[in-house]
Amino acid sequence: MNHLASITLSQPGRNRRLRRYTKRDRAALTLMGGVPLLLSLAFVWLPALATVALSFFNWTGIGGFSDMKPAGVNNYRIIFSIYPEFPPAIEHNLLWLLVFFVIPAPFGLFLAHQLNKQLRGSRIYQSILFLPVVLSLALVGFMTELVFSPTQGLVNNLTGHAGQHNLIDWLGNPSLNIWAVLIMACWRQTGYVMILFLAGLKSVDPSLQEAASLDGANEWQSFRHVVWPALRPINIVVVVVTVIESLRAFDIVYIINQGTNGLELLSTLITANIIGETSRIGFGSALATILLVISLAFVLPYVYTTFRKDTRS
Amino acid sequence: MTAATFTGSRTAAEAAAPNPNRRRRLRPARAFLHVFLIATCIVWIAPVLYALYTSLRPYADTAKHGYVSVGGHYNLSNYTTAWNEADLPLYFKNSAIITIPALLITLWLASMVAFVVARHSFKFNLAMLMIFTAGNLLPQQAIITPLYKLYITIPLPGWLSDSGHLDDSFFGLILIHVAFQTGFCVFVLSNFMRTIPHEITEAARVDGASEWRQYWQVVLPLCRPALAALATLEFTWIYNDFFWATVLMQTGSNRPITAALNNLTGQFFTDNNLISAASMIVAIPTLVVFFALQKQFVSGLTLGANKG
Amino acid sequence: MTTFHSASSSSTHGLARRTVLKGAFAAAGVAALPTLAACSSSKSGGGEASTVVSFGSNAAVPEPKGAYQTLFAAAKKSTGLTIDVNWVDHNTFQQNITTYLQGNPQDVFNWFAGERMQYFAGQGLVSNVNDVWDKIGGSYTDAMKAQSKGSDGNYYFVPFDYYPWAVFYSKSLWASKGYQEPTNWDDFITLAKKMKSDNLIPLAFTDKDGWPAMGTFDYLNMRINGYQFHIDLMRTGQGWASSQVAAVFDQWKQLIPYYSPGFLGLTWQEGANQILNKQAGMMVLGLDQIGTIFTGSNADDLGFFAFPEINSTYGQDSVEAPIDGFMVAKSPKNSAGAGKLLEYLGTAAAQQLWLGSNPADIATASGVDTSKYTKPQTAAISLINSAKHLSQFMDRDTLPSFADPVMLPAIQKFLNSPSDAASILKNVDAQAKTIWATNG
Repeated sequence: MNHLASITLSQPGRNRRLRRYTKRDRAALTLMGGVPLLLSLAFVWLPALATVALSFFNWTGIGGFSDMKPAGVNNYRIIFSIYPEFPPAIEHNLLWLLVFFVIPAPFGLFLAHQLNKQLRGSRIYQSILFLPVVLSLALVGFMTELVFSPTQGLVNNLTGHAGQHNLIDWLGNPSLNIWAVLIMACWRQTGYVMILFLAGLKSVDPSLQEAASLDGANEWQSFRHVVWPALRPINIVVVVVTVIESLRAFDIVYIINQGTNGLELLSTLITANIIGETSRIGFGSALATILLVISLAFVLPYVYTTFRKDTRS
Repeated sequence: MTAATFTGSRTAAEAAAPNPNRRRRLRPARAFLHVFLIATCIVWIAPVLYALYTSLRPYADTAKHGYVSVGGHYNLSNYTTAWNEADLPLYFKNSAIITIPALLITLWLASMVAFVVARHSFKFNLAMLMIFTAGNLLPQQAIITPLYKLYITIPLPGWLSDSGHLDDSFFGLILIHVAFQTGFCVFVLSNFMRTIPHEITEAARVDGASEWRQYWQVVLPLCRPALAALATLEFTWIYNDFFWATVLMQTGSNRPITAALNNLTGQFFTDNNLISAASMIVAIPTLVVFFALQKQFVSGLTLGANKG
Repeated sequence: MTTFHSASSSSTHGLARRTVLKGAFAAAGVAALPTLAACSSSKSGGGEASTVVSFGSNAAVPEPKGAYQTLFAAAKKSTGLTIDVNWVDHNTFQQNITTYLQGNPQDVFNWFAGERMQYFAGQGLVSNVNDVWDKIGGSYTDAMKAQSKGSDGNYYFVPFDYYPWAVFYSKSLWASKGYQEPTNWDDFITLAKKMKSDNLIPLAFTDKDGWPAMGTFDYLNMRINGYQFHIDLMRTGQGWASSQVAAVFDQWKQLIPYYSPGFLGLTWQEGANQILNKQAGMMVLGLDQIGTIFTGSNADDLGFFAFPEINSTYGQDSVEAPIDGFMVAKSPKNSAGAGKLLEYLGTAAAQQLWLGSNPADIATASGVDTSKYTKPQTAAISLINSAKHLSQFMDRDTLPSFADPVMLPAIQKFLNSPSDAASILKNVDAQAKTIWATNG
């Protein structure tokens, strides 16, 4: 394995010295990389940078540049001083991140590893575990109601807490409802992570695991020394996906109560201020910019160092 | 060892001599694993089955007896109502027009970029990867205002758009899905492509294959498990998207299937049992795609291994 | 901007528009495209007098959609206009209104009275409909006229239907318990106590979605401080830190012990079902909402009374009665047709036809045959006629950037910890000041 890795990773260095591209190859590579890059720059990055710029203006979203009033850092000042939903939103996003790292990521890996064995019924298990990922938002929202509604919900009725006097308010109690939502979010995220790992595990040679087990390694040892190192590129994917999904988390919360009363998230605050009739574009853009900065702070150093290590070694 | 012999020998070996360990009787550890997986699956599917159960009951019954109850009527009337009143065939067609091209173009573009950055070592690779990866970080709501302004400014010929612009057109909707999802796919695919040994493309190069052929005939086929997994996920996201669809497509009858679900929701009153039934119908294509692609990442080619 | 006349984009004229655009592209060349785009994005009246009026509907759900289809068929008979409808669901339509009005809106579209209407009028995204009001003015009360004008005094809105907010109950439950409708606060609280001792939830109150509680605030404020104070507070955002507003929240505290358990986790539908199933005694809600729960044989069991008097200066002189109606886009393709359609929709006959399938609303035009109304509809009319003032609803009477992003969570916070009212109001005041300072 190590031998192989060293060959793989040393390859780019060698290429740099040896490889000469023909004109056609160069044109092909330029197009292959350039067209998608232009698309991404024009339709993702241009609006994103415009959002950053807008955060320094007051604007209703109606009309053009002449209707924007410069606001300096006033929008940020308001967010940090008198916007009571902001601190809980940050807290919930970080909690979300923590929970996603602690539960769905390892559990998804565990399930993928088990299901990657030649297991009878593996495909049925996979399908069921993946099911929450494909369901529409409307249905997931309704299921959350079905399970957690204080008077009508499955949990309270099965545990006898649906009465007037001992009711557990899973959706309305602001210190409790985030956990109900996180349970549903983990329910969905696990299948997502599992699928990524399942695809990733295909790059692990089963014969190496067999060899390891013939050498007397137990399951944990063979996982630790054979599977885990080979999963390194997929781990990067899962880490980034976990960060993205936690910081962008939106839909379950939104369908429950639009992200108020204990369910504040940065994305719902952005929505509350930008979408609909509200049109506090500058203010909402400032929130979006904060979210972008936080995400970049989590993702960029990590991605940068891992990629650089890979390209260097 | 070349790509051909490598993959060939693997599949041949697997077909000819199945691992003797695989077909032996159930060991206690295996049995325990099955028990655990079955229990997990029951927990996982319970809310879905419960919603399914609810979708078989009329709203009047659940309003009267509550959702946690047995009795009253059980029938498929919510399903027939949903099918008829939500005009599902029309919206399924719209979803197909949007989702299929968006999915194929996304995977195609992303795999090309991933090939460029993962299989070559240009100075700008790192920057490219960062641009595509970081492009995923913003939620859609955060960029919609400038994007919408852009959309109502960029002209399109009339045969592509009724509005004469990118907004309110299938083309514009496909375009934003492609632009927005490509970043994620580039990121995932480039990581998968790193696991493919360089000897494989090296061999092809020695044989005189152009970059395009290396991409199309060597690397892409080896990415099948990753492409299948991504296709499943991307199909789900694009198909279930309602945000781009509602902001960028103003004509209600051109919106995708998620709009049909919304059309069953009133200003104030929502018949959740009906929504539940409609959602079950709407989920079918995503399940079909999952089952169709599942075997690609369950029993697809095994790669990255150096046998012997 | 407005000099560029594009062909009608209605689907029936697709060919013509295509040719125009092609020609325009060829003439303008690629460099001029942005300018061209800016011009054609605001289409001015189509050339020939078209018989097609496009209509942006927020009523895609089968129930009102059917009623609108019947109405538009009748409109065609009466006016000769074909109405080309873009059906969108209510929430999506509302969510996208700002972008919708800047893109390619239909000629006529569904909207609401109040600040919500005035805001878009002030932004220049809609046309005035003064011409229409010259014709239909006679069949509307002054209150209705006032609700249809922008802050510049022009008409921008044609009212269609409305419904009152009140305190609703199940008649059969009340008959069996012998409860009487209270008219003042003390009787109201006494009744709530009685209900509690009868093992009922006195007040079904459910605020998971945040907006239902706004109705209670509006009524408390209008009963304690009067309509004028309420509407000034809504329109100017000044005075949230005043003792008058503090008094509203003080009064509100008295109600909280009688609310449904877990009320912040329940939807209004769950609350209305508590009334339907006789688990709860009363509920402050709109007829349009609870009317969808009391259907069929239950319809006549729905009773209601005006929110009780608190301050005798104001008595019960205001009713919260949100009005729905229509507006005309900034530059309609068929301006004349849009006017003609609105004239028709402003008639009692049109409104009554539409109401045929919807007993939860009442017509806004006078001259409706009231003998066809159901019991709750008749009661709603007398409730509204007894009122001196009509309010719309908090999220219709105040700035959109204030109602949902600031007041909705603030009220939920208050309901969670009523003792924090003072600090919550202080924050609301600070936020209101910044919002009004930056938003106009």
